[in-house]
Amino acid sequence: MSTLSFRNIWVEYGDQIVLERINLEIASGTFLSIVGPSGAGKSTFLRLILGQEKPSQGTVLLDGKPFPAEPGPDRGIVFQRYSVFPHLTVLGNVLLGYEFAERRLTARLLGEPRRKAVEQSLALIEAVGLGPHRDKYPSALSGGMQQRLAIAQALAKRPRVLLLDEPFGALDPGTRAQMHALIKPLWRDLKMTIVMVTHDIKEAFGLATRLIALDRVRRDPQAPERFGARITYDLDLTRDGAVPVLGFIRAEAEARS
Amino acid sequence: MPRAMNVVPSRGSRIILALLPFLLIALVYVIGSAERRAANPDDKLLPPVSEMVATTKRLAAEPDRRSGEYVLWADTAASLQRLALGLGISALVGLVLGLAIGLLPVAGASFGTLVAVLSMIPPMAVLPILFIVFGLGELSKVVLIIIGVTPMLVRDLSLEVGSMPREQLIKAQTLGGSTWQVAIRVALPQIMPRLIKCMRLMIGPAFLFLISAEAIAADVGLGYRIFLVRRYLSMDVILPYVAWITLLAYLFDLALVFIGRRAFPWAYEQEARR
Ligand SMILES: Nc1ncnc2c1ncn2[C@@H]1O[C@H](COP(=O)(O)OP(=O)(O)OP(=O)(O)O)[C@@H](O)[C@H]1O
Ligand SMILES: [Mg+2]
Repeated sequence: MSTLSFRNIWVEYGDQIVLERINLEIASGTFLSIVGPSGAGKSTFLRLILGQEKPSQGTVLLDGKPFPAEPGPDRGIVFQRYSVFPHLTVLGNVLLGYEFAERRLTARLLGEPRRKAVEQSLALIEAVGLGPHRDKYPSALSGGMQQRLAIAQALAKRPRVLLLDEPFGALDPGTRAQMHALIKPLWRDLKMTIVMVTHDIKEAFGLATRLIALDRVRRDPQAPERFGARITYDLDLTRDGAVPVLGFIRAEAEARS
Repeated sequence: MPRAMNVVPSRGSRIILALLPFLLIALVYVIGSAERRAANPDDKLLPPVSEMVATTKRLAAEPDRRSGEYVLWADTAASLQRLALGLGISALVGLVLGLAIGLLPVAGASFGTLVAVLSMIPPMAVLPILFIVFGLGELSKVVLIIIGVTPMLVRDLSLEVGSMPREQLIKAQTLGGSTWQVAIRVALPQIMPRLIKCMRLMIGPAFLFLISAEAIAADVGLGYRIFLVRRYLSMDVILPYVAWITLLAYLFDLALVFIGRRAFPWAYEQEARR
């Protein structure tokens, strides 16, 4: 189980308000897409879940409990770039997660435990279609292959929540379609909660079970930093037509009153 | 006619081109030496090659009358030991402090400025202090190299850690890595190629400090010998020694390049792509 709750979240950097009044419940197993203009605070939103950022007001809860304010293995992430380690081969990149978990001091596996971990890693590498490239370094992989590796690497920890920050932004349409075909079954089989930021509306609608849009509702042309972004749309995509999520409207009404 | 910037020499002519300047310099030397000898048979400034070869042979293959040692090899061994100790310890300290300062904000806040200031101290200025504190033995020479080399290493390596994409450090944490694990498995290997580069640049300064220290207080060593025979204007010793030191430094450089390419293929793959 992995329900994420945002209770009246505000994020500010100095004078600049980035996010304001974010109220949201993300049910376990949701595939949530986040869209919004550049600078709306989408990456900031992910950093909140990651624990890399603390809200200036409000709380974020995982299954009703606050979580440690630093990244941990229960929340995986794939960034747009720099997600894989350049000094490790494909296999080494995936293996690292197992080595971290099993050897606190050396972070290196040898002998039988290593063989087992290699087996598990190879299964993941096969699943993302990188089998033939297991001994290559990332610099010898294409952008799409690197992103697939980043996904395999994150999956090794069986995270409850997987965060994707424009993971396919740098890919051509063909590779992107391949990645979509890859991620959807993985999400279904592993029963994770996925939160994906994207600029591609089609991608957002095509993959997700729920979609939210972040944008500023109030603007001050003299001082654009005075107002933060809020959730302007919240759509349930599991029905035939996209339907606004009830909780969202209620939260908005509460906020207004 | 292609542009000059597009004229690329072939492999064979590349070797010839590389050797040409050396041959030219040798030629100029031989002519100059012969001319001076013709004018003054006792000239010491440009000894003929034959004389230098004879002297080198004597230093390398005949035991010294007083100490019974082969002078060239004894000097080389002493100097290389000091150099290896100095550079090795510097590299170790540089890695540890560089990692700590680059990775831990608390360490960065407390030592970052200190290292920046320390690296501004001219090492030669503290040499007297070293002689006073550590005596005239091996230790003060090794410490001079360490003092001269380490601050720059620490600064450079900590900056290298700091310039790693934040995403990588976050990613490593989401894979369950602790600070220690991230340091040894993510940050350390990624700064090793940089360490190799720094060491290549530091060979020159390291030799400078070594020879300076040996010139002032030592009883064996390459720098000691050069400054000892200077009194008798023995250019036939000094010139071969300088050539030998240069050759050693050049070989170290080649060795470091080789080690870097062997041990960190990923770093050079990236470079080749750029
Ligand atoms: N560490 C920081 N310090 C100060 N301001 C920041 C910081 N991080 C983000 N911001 C500001 O917060 C705002 C939102 O940034 P964020 O990266 O979340 O936007 P985004 O929606 O992900 O944009 P994009 O689509 O371009 O990635 C930006 O205006 C940015 O300037
Ligand atoms: Mg962003």
